[in-house]
Amino acid sequence: MGNSKGGPVYRGLGKIPDRVLLLFAGAVYVFLYAPIMVLIFFSFNSTKNTQVWTGFSTQWYGELIRDGSVLNAFKLSLIVGLTATAVATIIGTLTALALSRHNFRGKTFTDSAIYAATVMPEIVVGVSLLVFFVAATVELGIVTIIIAHVAFCISFVTIVVRARLSGMDESLEEAAQDLGASPVQTFLRVTLPLILPGVMAGALLAFTLSFDDFVITFFVSGVGSSTLPLKIYSMIKFGVSPVINALSTVVMVSTMVLILGGGRILARRGENA
Amino acid sequence: MGKEGRGWTLRLAGLLSPVTIWLGLFFLVPLLLILAYSFGKSGVYGGITLGFYPGNYLKVFDPLYLEIIVRTLVIALLNTLLCLLIGYPLAYFITFKGGRYKHLLILLVMIPFWTSLLLRAYAWVVILGGDNGLANRLLQFLHITDHPLTLIFTPQAVVMGMVYSYLPFMILPLYAALEKFDWRLKEAAQDLGASRWHTFWRVTFPLSMPGVIAGSILVFIPSAGEFVIPNLLGGARTVMVGNLIQQQFLSARDWAFGSALAVMLAALLVGAIMFYVRRVGADKLEGV
Repeated sequence: MGNSKGGPVYRGLGKIPDRVLLLFAGAVYVFLYAPIMVLIFFSFNSTKNTQVWTGFSTQWYGELIRDGSVLNAFKLSLIVGLTATAVATIIGTLTALALSRHNFRGKTFTDSAIYAATVMPEIVVGVSLLVFFVAATVELGIVTIIIAHVAFCISFVTIVVRARLSGMDESLEEAAQDLGASPVQTFLRVTLPLILPGVMAGALLAFTLSFDDFVITFFVSGVGSSTLPLKIYSMIKFGVSPVINALSTVVMVSTMVLILGGGRILARRGENA
Repeated sequence: MGKEGRGWTLRLAGLLSPVTIWLGLFFLVPLLLILAYSFGKSGVYGGITLGFYPGNYLKVFDPLYLEIIVRTLVIALLNTLLCLLIGYPLAYFITFKGGRYKHLLILLVMIPFWTSLLLRAYAWVVILGGDNGLANRLLQFLHITDHPLTLIFTPQAVVMGMVYSYLPFMILPLYAALEKFDWRLKEAAQDLGASRWHTFWRVTFPLSMPGVIAGSILVFIPSAGEFVIPNLLGGARTVMVGNLIQQQFLSARDWAFGSALAVMLAALLVGAIMFYVRRVGADKLEGV
């Protein structure tokens, strides 16, 4: 066939690109993790230096706990996160049910609005909400923060729950109704238990998004209320300090525990369902 | 379907009204409001007169602002390109060479993705900052330079921070696209005599295009609107559109011009999505 670069010869040469690829992948993982590790490492430094190691100490964690403004910011983030998650999870689940179980006029529009909300640059969402609240003469503060957080969390919950619903057997709901269950009974006894892992996953996602949000909160928070990310931002602007490293470590570790732990429980529940 | 009826309509209305009210009132109406404001005229003390003044849009041709817009597009494009160049080989590696570690490897990409953008930018503030900073000491240790360089508060620092922050946004859709890949196509191409290189460019890469486009949009759009990274790593000389918008709303109080900039950013997104739908198809939008 005049094909000198035939398969077998080529596969022999393939070892070198494979090794290069392996080295490259290793380097990318180092790139992804080294900065985070450096941050965590220097949170245990004994002096105020965040770049030169001088010895082990946990004093910055102690300072963090004694800082009342950090604690207040943490409390506010928790209140906002839990409230926004509860509201967004309910609305998002209802929306997912409507979109996956019904056909109606304007469905494409609803769909598009939901996806648009997930990809709209945060700064656009932030300033448009600021303009809206000022025009509506709503005072900026915890209420406006919660409203904004619910608005950007709804879409994510809807998408996650809908994915779960699309994998569900509709005949189970039909069977329940044929056996005389009311729509509400069917929902509570059949549909909800089946989609619960999806609902919980959506709620978990909503909580992390709300807890981590900086940009949108920055525009709608007003002067008095500072969530944890806003507090961290003002600390960074003030200057690099190992206290920020300690705070970053606490935030990162708890987010990871929440997601990995939550994900594990959900995966187990998902298998049973 | 035979389900239509009064009860059905009521139930649907019940399911849909919360989202309609919330997203309508707190997402769509505010967007329409800034669209209206973008054609308004800012008063000296921050008030706004509605009307039809295209002047806010024409302002972007002012050399001062044009420079910022061009810089933003260049940085966002560069970031997208670098994420693609780094992310594609990694996604390829995970999908085809990951074997039984595939899920662990993709989880390791997702973990930094879940930690806040703010903290990831701070990590680079620490590393790049100062003459005796970690990056400077590493460069001198490797004999790349013999004297400390100014690393932070440069456009390069912004690109560095952005690639670091947005890389997972590129890898995840690429992985999703490659994951669906049918191995038999690759085998068929090689059985028919195509080299590995050839197989990649003629079979694997074209089939992963939806992932490439989705990843590029997911990186390009937020990086064009980014304001935290240029704020912390760019300093006063690397102002991007995001910083300009923030200034218009918080210090300059020219809300009309700020709105026009925000509307243009949103228009960029709409354009990108239309491009995606045309190239890949609307039905695949859910995968993003």
